Amino acid sequence: MNKAVVKKKTVSKRKREDWIAGYVFIAPLVIGLSVFYIWPFLQNFWFSFNEVNKFNVATFIGLENYKKLFADKNLWNATWNTFQYVIITTPITIAISLFIATLLNSDIKGKSIYRTIYFLPSVTMPVAISLVWKFIFNGDYGILNSFLSVFGIEGRSWLSDANTALYMVMIVAIWSGVGYNVIILLAGMQGISKSYYEAAALDGAGAITQFFKVTLPMLSPTIFFVLITGLIGGFQVFDSIYMLVGIDNPIFEQVQTLNVMFYRNGFMYGYKGYASAISVFMFLIIMFITVLQLIGQKKWVNYD
Amino acid sequence: MNAKKNKIAIHIILILGIGITVFPFLWMILTAFKTVPESVAIPPVFFPKTWNIHGFTEIFDKLPFAKVYVNTIIATVITVVVQVGFCTMAAYAFARIEFPGKNIIFIIILSILMVPGQIFLLPQYLIVQKLGLINTLPALVLPNLFSAFGTFLMRQFFMSLPKELEEAAVLDGCNRFQIFGKIMLPLVKPGIVALVIFTSKFAWNDFMWPLIVNTDPDKMTLAPALSLLRGQFTTNFPVQMAGAVMSVIPMIVLFFIFQKQFIEGVAHTGVKG
Repeated sequence: MNKAVVKKKTVSKRKREDWIAGYVFIAPLVIGLSVFYIWPFLQNFWFSFNEVNKFNVATFIGLENYKKLFADKNLWNATWNTFQYVIITTPITIAISLFIATLLNSDIKGKSIYRTIYFLPSVTMPVAISLVWKFIFNGDYGILNSFLSVFGIEGRSWLSDANTALYMVMIVAIWSGVGYNVIILLAGMQGISKSYYEAAALDGAGAITQFFKVTLPMLSPTIFFVLITGLIGGFQVFDSIYMLVGIDNPIFEQVQTLNVMFYRNGFMYGYKGYASAISVFMFLIIMFITVLQLIGQKKWVNYD
Repeated sequence: MNAKKNKIAIHIILILGIGITVFPFLWMILTAFKTVPESVAIPPVFFPKTWNIHGFTEIFDKLPFAKVYVNTIIATVITVVVQVGFCTMAAYAFARIEFPGKNIIFIIILSILMVPGQIFLLPQYLIVQKLGLINTLPALVLPNLFSAFGTFLMRQFFMSLPKELEEAAVLDGCNRFQIFGKIMLPLVKPGIVALVIFTSKFAWNDFMWPLIVNTDPDKMTLAPALSLLRGQFTTNFPVQMAGAVMSVIPMIVLFFIFQKQFIEGVAHTGVKG
């Protein structure tokens, strides 16, 4: 009886010590995240209902920013560009990555060398890489046009032409993104038990049938992961558009994406309230896509 | 016989892919060593006649390149050390210690992960401005010292460790700080390595934030400084490429040294989701 009371007391002392330790451990992170993320998140929402002047004094103007934003044809153009960018690059990147990962998952030599080289674009600075691609795509001196002229195709200034600029940016995005996805998909594939393939082979399934009947369904959680990260990352594209097309390019307004439009309004023109409204708009679209994906995944993602 | 043919076909496709992957790097290096006329010659000249290092020296005239380089190194090191430290400490508490409010705090942190980064940018900029830190080195690192992603990643690593280890230490009378430092930290080393790699890659390559806060070339990091080359010297490709080469080399070297950890780290985030 007495013993039990003593035990209870020490446990609660232990517990109290744990509480203190817990708060001490999380304090630096929680304070930092509150100051630099949680408070800014709330402030940004507030700003979107205000006009913020250059002395950062906010004046409440209700829904004015949003009214102006939804009437701005630049917004719808940037939204369309962003959707186009995401809808084209994400699936193509995943398809190419799946193809390469499948080849790498076969019984061949030199796998790790291939894997390493494919991953290279993922570790290199996007701004530096954009400089190189800008040179390759250059209308006058670019090697792409020299290459095309061998086949009698006349090139153009790909990045100064509103009809092609965004597609060139997409090519660079796909080139940059494949390696990262290959690594993740390959890791997923290596987690699939060999017995499934053996059973499929016994049933007479060839390599292609095996891919569609075994690999794809078993890999669906991993594909879902790269799809979500790809969509969300793609939605925020900034570096490559800024660099490849260039903020001083006359066609810039036609090919800009939402994040670039946000940057220009907030940091180049100083329309802070308006820019906040753009970022809230982006936030809502991304939330919508995420929720849609989470609902959709029940239909096609196969968790064991 | 057929299997062998298949393997050759696979190799051919993979090597073709390697060619496409590597070509821009190759072109960057070759151009960096060319003269300006060579770089714009039509038809293109593949190899420079003499490997001249003019581009590499000239970039130090066009930009305060040495300063920019040092800034980038300092910003990356500080971001990595502080961020990994804070994340690891907090992650341990979230994974292993019971305290009131733990779950709600963790859910709030997780929700930061779901939010696109530009929603924080304007207010973050205003905070840095209020602190009088625009165009200083602290401005480059401040918001990046704290990471919801890093905390989430490290928590996964702590969760995967067996609980018995700690229970034994508790019975031995160790307090939480001793358990964390002596028992847990060595065990999550793979996680720390993965986070160090992610964070250094991010800090080294980051563009939008440093572009916004530091507009004075002396206080810039490499990515925004390189973006200045684009406008001013549109035709001086060797200088541009020399800058690009020098900017990507540290990460590529780091990658080749730690490629196993890089690749396992990336694979890990995918598998654990």
